[in-house]
Amino acid sequence: MKILVVGGGMGGTILSNNLARRLAPELRSGKAQLTMLTASDKHMYQPGLLYLALGRMTPDELYRDQASLLEPGIELQVDPVETFELDKNQVKTKGGKTHAYDILVIATGSRPAPEMIPGLAENAEQFYTEQTAVKMFKRLQAFQGGRVVIAMGVPHKCPMAPLEITFMLHDYFKDRGIRDKVQLHYTYPVGRVHSLEPVAKWAQPEFDRLGVTYETLFNLKEVDGKNQVVKSEEGGEAKYDLLITIPAHKGMEVIEKNKLGQGGFIPTNKTKLTMEGHPNVYVIGDTTNIPISKAGSTVHYQAETLGENIAAIVKLGQPVREHDGKVFCFIEVGKDRATYAQFDYTTPPDPKPPTKAVHWFKMAYNKLYWTTARGLL
Amino acid sequence: MSERTVIDARGSFCPGPLMELIARLKYGAVGEEFEVLSSDKGSANDIPEWLKKVGHQHIETREEAGVWHIALKKMK
Repeated sequence: MKILVVGGGMGGTILSNNLARRLAPELRSGKAQLTMLTASDKHMYQPGLLYLALGRMTPDELYRDQASLLEPGIELQVDPVETFELDKNQVKTKGGKTHAYDILVIATGSRPAPEMIPGLAENAEQFYTEQTAVKMFKRLQAFQGGRVVIAMGVPHKCPMAPLEITFMLHDYFKDRGIRDKVQLHYTYPVGRVHSLEPVAKWAQPEFDRLGVTYETLFNLKEVDGKNQVVKSEEGGEAKYDLLITIPAHKGMEVIEKNKLGQGGFIPTNKTKLTMEGHPNVYVIGDTTNIPISKAGSTVHYQAETLGENIAAIVKLGQPVREHDGKVFCFIEVGKDRATYAQFDYTTPPDPKPPTKAVHWFKMAYNKLYWTTARGLL
Repeated sequence: MSERTVIDARGSFCPGPLMELIARLKYGAVGEEFEVLSSDKGSANDIPEWLKKVGHQHIETREEAGVWHIALKKMK
């Protein structure tokens, strides 16, 4: 059986390692083949970009060689897919190769798309790529005071990021001794400060305590860079000296070009993780259109379910369980406290008060991530 | 009634049904009708409130077996 994993990010890597362990005998005997096609020979720890933007990590800490993360038995090819021919059970790569499959997994991820909002890319800082995170860090270092507006598009990667960057900016300016010269103004698309009601109920008084002002029902419409004003779909306007954005995300271009899903997000069954209409094609992580957080932990748990199911298909002829939608998100609440939100499709989150212990666990996880990618944690 | 695009946001605690609607509306055509399915009764208030503020048309809200169906038309 030929298993083809397209994408070498968190989802593709965890899944491939999970499968390589579960199917070690089958891979050795040739009963199963496991191939990963990816666009880069490097693997990035994307949550580290938040810390990079604030000078708390450096770029080299974000990367490992992709090959170093993979179990024996996985054939890695750094040759991204350009064409999906799902009716023929095959894909074609940039390098001109054709790969046939019995089972295909698409885990190509998502990308920031600030260009969707007029004026945003040119006038706002964001931390979703190494280049823009470094640029944001330098801009923050040069900033001596004024009004900082945080504004976001949807969907965005990591729903906790808007809160985290706001709390961390508070501590960043406080540490520099200029917090009294900085007004932090937070905007949010729905009618409270976070989409999760329990998180919003906790975060709003924290904002009040820290002197962070906020404006809800604020969906980015355009940025007037000349007058330094950001405007919302709802008719609101916010003047800024420094604009920080969590931009709306889209799926990868290859998904859009192959017309696999609107906005690059593939219609996916949320419990089977199959692409709608294609029972031998699975989709995980940011690539799906499942109404769930676009976050590392989302795909971590999806990859574990899917690893178990694909291994069962090889060994038993059918999958063994449905996915429950589990998510576990750390929430940094400044430089030295954190909390978390855990939930699934049926159980809402119940975040606890932030503690230093959870923050230090997050700091440890920034290093332990490499064991997660290897499928060990 | 024209055919509606269904946004099945049942079980979506985060980012939640309204955020799903906002994200999906970007790709819709003016005049297109949508129906959001939500297992969160808060959506029955949140979504019509947002539609009114932005200027889209709220067609109806009904509850069936614990699922709220909120129908709307994209107006701009």
